Amino acid sequence: MAENILEVKNLKKYFKTRSGMLHAVDDISFTLEKGKTLGLVGESGCGKSTTGRTILRLIEPTDGQIVFEGKDICKLNKSQLRHMHKDMQLIFQDPYSSLDPRKTVSQIISEPIIANKLLKNKDEVEARVAELMELVGLAPRLFNTYPHELDGGRRQRIGIARALAMEPKFIVCDEPVSALDVSIQAQILNLLKELQEKLGLSYIFITHDLAVVNHFADDIAVMYLGKIVEKAPAEELFINPLHPYTKALLSAIPIPEIGAKKDRIPIKGEITSPVNMPDECRFCKRCTYANEKCSPLPELKEVSPGHFVACSRLDEI
Amino acid sequence: MSRKTKAGEFKAYKKRSFAQEVWRNYKKSPSAMLGLILIVLIIIVAITAQIVYDYNTDIVQQNIKQRFLSPGTPGHLLGTDNYGRDVLTRILYGAKYSLAVGLVAVAISCLLGSTLGLIAGYYGGVVENIILRFCEVFMGIPSVLLGVAIMSAFGQSLAVLMLAVGLVYVPMFARTARAAVLPVREEEYIEAARVSGVSDFKIIFQHVLPNALSPIIVQVTMGVANGILSASFLSFLGLGVPVPAPEWGAMLSSGREYIRDYGYLTTYPGIAIMITVLAFNLMGDGLRDALDPKLKQ
Repeated sequence: MAENILEVKNLKKYFKTRSGMLHAVDDISFTLEKGKTLGLVGESGCGKSTTGRTILRLIEPTDGQIVFEGKDICKLNKSQLRHMHKDMQLIFQDPYSSLDPRKTVSQIISEPIIANKLLKNKDEVEARVAELMELVGLAPRLFNTYPHELDGGRRQRIGIARALAMEPKFIVCDEPVSALDVSIQAQILNLLKELQEKLGLSYIFITHDLAVVNHFADDIAVMYLGKIVEKAPAEELFINPLHPYTKALLSAIPIPEIGAKKDRIPIKGEITSPVNMPDECRFCKRCTYANEKCSPLPELKEVSPGHFVACSRLDEI
Repeated sequence: MSRKTKAGEFKAYKKRSFAQEVWRNYKKSPSAMLGLILIVLIIIVAITAQIVYDYNTDIVQQNIKQRFLSPGTPGHLLGTDNYGRDVLTRILYGAKYSLAVGLVAVAISCLLGSTLGLIAGYYGGVVENIILRFCEVFMGIPSVLLGVAIMSAFGQSLAVLMLAVGLVYVPMFARTARAAVLPVREEEYIEAARVSGVSDFKIIFQHVLPNALSPIIVQVTMGVANGILSASFLSFLGLGVPVPAPEWGAMLSSGREYIRDYGYLTTYPGIAIMITVLAFNLMGDGLRDALDPKLKQ
């Protein structure tokens, strides 16, 4: 078995709100192998982005362990954390707000290099920026342009170059393509794939788009209201989804074929409030199969090698 | 080797320096240029007046024979005042007081206030609460009263006037800066800078401040205008630059007694204040637009 680069154990993030505790990330665990990609899928507000940011400790976790290369990063102090961020980076969802509008492309890409004093000589920094721009496919003439002069795809490439500037081993991609046009989505996905092969990167790929993650991830974890409800290798999940929520999600993927018939599994109602939740399956209020067995909250169980599901009525449905 | 040449190729697209870039945008706007030209003129006038006129003989010496000569009298284009002193000469000479008070006062309030506002806005929480409550206490005191209090505590002089006017506007700058910082703080590029290992200090001054600059610059130009007016007002109350210095506010104040018969005594210093304030406002608007890279073509 390959080496695990990241292990997340019982990670919790609760936010205090006026009406009670909001369980944004509620006791999730997973591991990521070196050089692999874990897709984190779920609808808006299910805690995917919070998970990604908590792993990097941009948001302090309430409880749990984040073990990166054998070290628990929850115990690091501020300066150790800064050092750690050289290895763990983030690519943002919105290429419009993630780039400072008052900085040029080269200033943006060189910022992490200068901040961490990786290179001191100005010429060396410029050479490195040039190298990074070439790596992500940005033309040299864009060296001194401002982000607003560029389209979404190019902007996202800048964001990727910035993340790569410190030669990280692990990158959290927080919906890196969902703000882009479909044609550009493919370019960026291919670029990320290429970089993974070239540089041996490990990704956590956060998305709400199952079609994207299918091509991209080795493993997929489906999240619902702060919980992982199902986790399996990508192929397995698409062929044999077990959790009712996963089934519903997969049935919602459109088939690009005229006249193709497909049974859609509808999801009733709205997403439940994540504040002060009772001890029952998070999905039971919207699940067609829900009955009294759905309380207490089901644990994630391994049903076949590498395939985990959290559903009490798994055998019956 | 290839790495070096590559860098050379990239460097061929050298950008203009920041100042050049701002100037290129600034000069596109006619009103901004008008403001700049006016300010340069006022500064030139203020300096020349120091050289050409002698304070004791030209500015403050009384000449009872020539009292209230009306504007247009040969040798006295804008007439003379109640002590027979030439109004035009005094206005030109007085430009230095207004400029000095306006600029120094704004420098004081901008530096202090913006720094407080940036810190409050960026860190939030307890720090923000303390700074804001402090500002509110300050704002609760009427600005004139505060100015009067400072002037009477430290005595009457140009330096104290600058300090008084400067301190009065600190809370305004703090609040403006904080309000401008709040939306910027939530932007993802701040988070990106944090992941990149940039220190808080650098984030505040390299990312937050430049993006929150527009309202602060507007506040600065308004502040110069306000500072000039406040200084005039304090002088008008007899608390500013001591008489007989030809400060514009003081001139207004002394002209007030003769406003029915010799209205020009208050009109011309007033116009001088107005033109100066207008010039700073025009320049401020132009600067705000020029500093915004989104407007670049």
